Amino acid sequence: MSTVSAVPTAAAPRARRRGRRRGSLIGLRVLSVAVILLGWEWYGRHTNPLLFTYPTAIAQAGVRLAGSGALWKALGQSVSVLGWGLLISVVAGVALGLAIGRSRVAEALLEVPMDALYAMPMVALVPVIVLWVGFGPVAKVVVVVLFSVFAILINTARGVKQVDPELIEVARSYLAHEVGLWKDVVLPSALPYVVTGVRLAVGRALVGVVIAEFYTSISGLGYLIVTYANTFQTAMVFVPVVILMALGVTLTWLLQLVETRLTPWQATEGR
Amino acid sequence: MDRVGHDFGHRPVLENVGFEVAPHELLCVVGPSGCGKTTLLRIMAGLLEPATGAVRVDGDLVTGPSPRSAMVFQHFGLFPWKSVRANIAYGLANRGRREPERVESLLRTMGLQDVADRYPRQLSGGMRQRVGLARALAVEPEVLLMDEPFGSLDAITREQLQEELLRIWERDARVTGVFITHDIDEAILLGDRIVALQANPGRVAREIEVPIPRPRTTPSVRAHPAYPELRGEIWRSLRAAPEPVG
Repeated sequence: MSTVSAVPTAAAPRARRRGRRRGSLIGLRVLSVAVILLGWEWYGRHTNPLLFTYPTAIAQAGVRLAGSGALWKALGQSVSVLGWGLLISVVAGVALGLAIGRSRVAEALLEVPMDALYAMPMVALVPVIVLWVGFGPVAKVVVVVLFSVFAILINTARGVKQVDPELIEVARSYLAHEVGLWKDVVLPSALPYVVTGVRLAVGRALVGVVIAEFYTSISGLGYLIVTYANTFQTAMVFVPVVILMALGVTLTWLLQLVETRLTPWQATEGR
Repeated sequence: MDRVGHDFGHRPVLENVGFEVAPHELLCVVGPSGCGKTTLLRIMAGLLEPATGAVRVDGDLVTGPSPRSAMVFQHFGLFPWKSVRANIAYGLANRGRREPERVESLLRTMGLQDVADRYPRQLSGGMRQRVGLARALAVEPEVLLMDEPFGSLDAITREQLQEELLRIWERDARVTGVFITHDIDEAILLGDRIVALQANPGRVAREIEVPIPRPRTTPSVRAHPAYPELRGEIWRSLRAAPEPVG
């Protein structure tokens, strides 16, 4: 009898303990960031300012750059390249990925070249792209697309191929036509893979933006980095770097929001 | 009038399997794993073309999935991205029918009204198969094909769902059913008739009437005097060397 009555009383402290553990984990996160920033600050202040910098100096530089308007102009250029590149990548990557995933012929034709292109370090192609498309904004968008499209394409194709054959059978037995098969089975099943592909693509596209800005006509946040690095204004260099980092974090976070919105059934794993 | 005959040959999985299902009867096909039970049902559903032989419903050759039949799947076959309600409405929607009141009444019959907006992953196995059954019943099929629908459920849930199927069947038996199982007790409990299939290659070992009157319940069937004899007979026919199939 005592064991039976012990169950509810034991559950309460366990829940409380779990709550406390979650709280202390958040504390640990804050602590790690604080230690890194403080350590950086302390070390940076004791080093040659030409070679290294520290968080408060970066913040000051950031305020100055933002005030002059140079930061917003550069950010606008970079974001526009990133936006166009990602848009084209998503459209082309999903379309081609669906084709490859669904059609054996398309797969046989495209799979090897696509895998090869995905594996290839795209940086190697940048000089050639300049030869082909020039130095303008188009070249930058092309670089971003090349960096990001294959991650989406390959993941989409994999998603389509991962469709549970039993569900296709179910759909057929309930008289689904081809359009319905896509709408009710293939697309929803591939959707999480597409989102994963886009998330990978965002990271790669950010790399692509900076590389494009370094190696084609210099502009955007990459321009700020190159200019200030060449003039040894180290604190200024770190402003666009931090902005790029923030951009990456924000986009990833936004994608997570979109993912839970688009695939609500996944958030409900388990009970 | 329903009449599903099936012939099948020159294939290692099934060999000359033939039987008829009378209108409005529930026929259980029982056999060991790997005797081609599922293959047989897929052929009857028009999902698989037989190498030889043919399936007829009411004399009409089955050449593909038919609006006259509906299937309940072993692993439920629910769409994870559709709510319970949308899963049940799926077959109706594909037939161009929007009948929300029919879906709601099925939700109530199957005790699913409280989980109608949940996703299948949030449900237990027993609840999921209720959804599977409701989806099949929703389209008002003439032939209900069930592929070991309770095979992946735990013993207690399985018994509950068996009783529920009996209840549905005995109240409203306009449907003709084929129920695949490897569980002899389940076959006796549910079936009006039992076809015992032997493995390697799958073939009909025996066709047996179940003389136990309806309405049935698990205890009433177990306690019926014919039960042990019937059970032994099916056991023997599944084990014995194949009898000539006539």
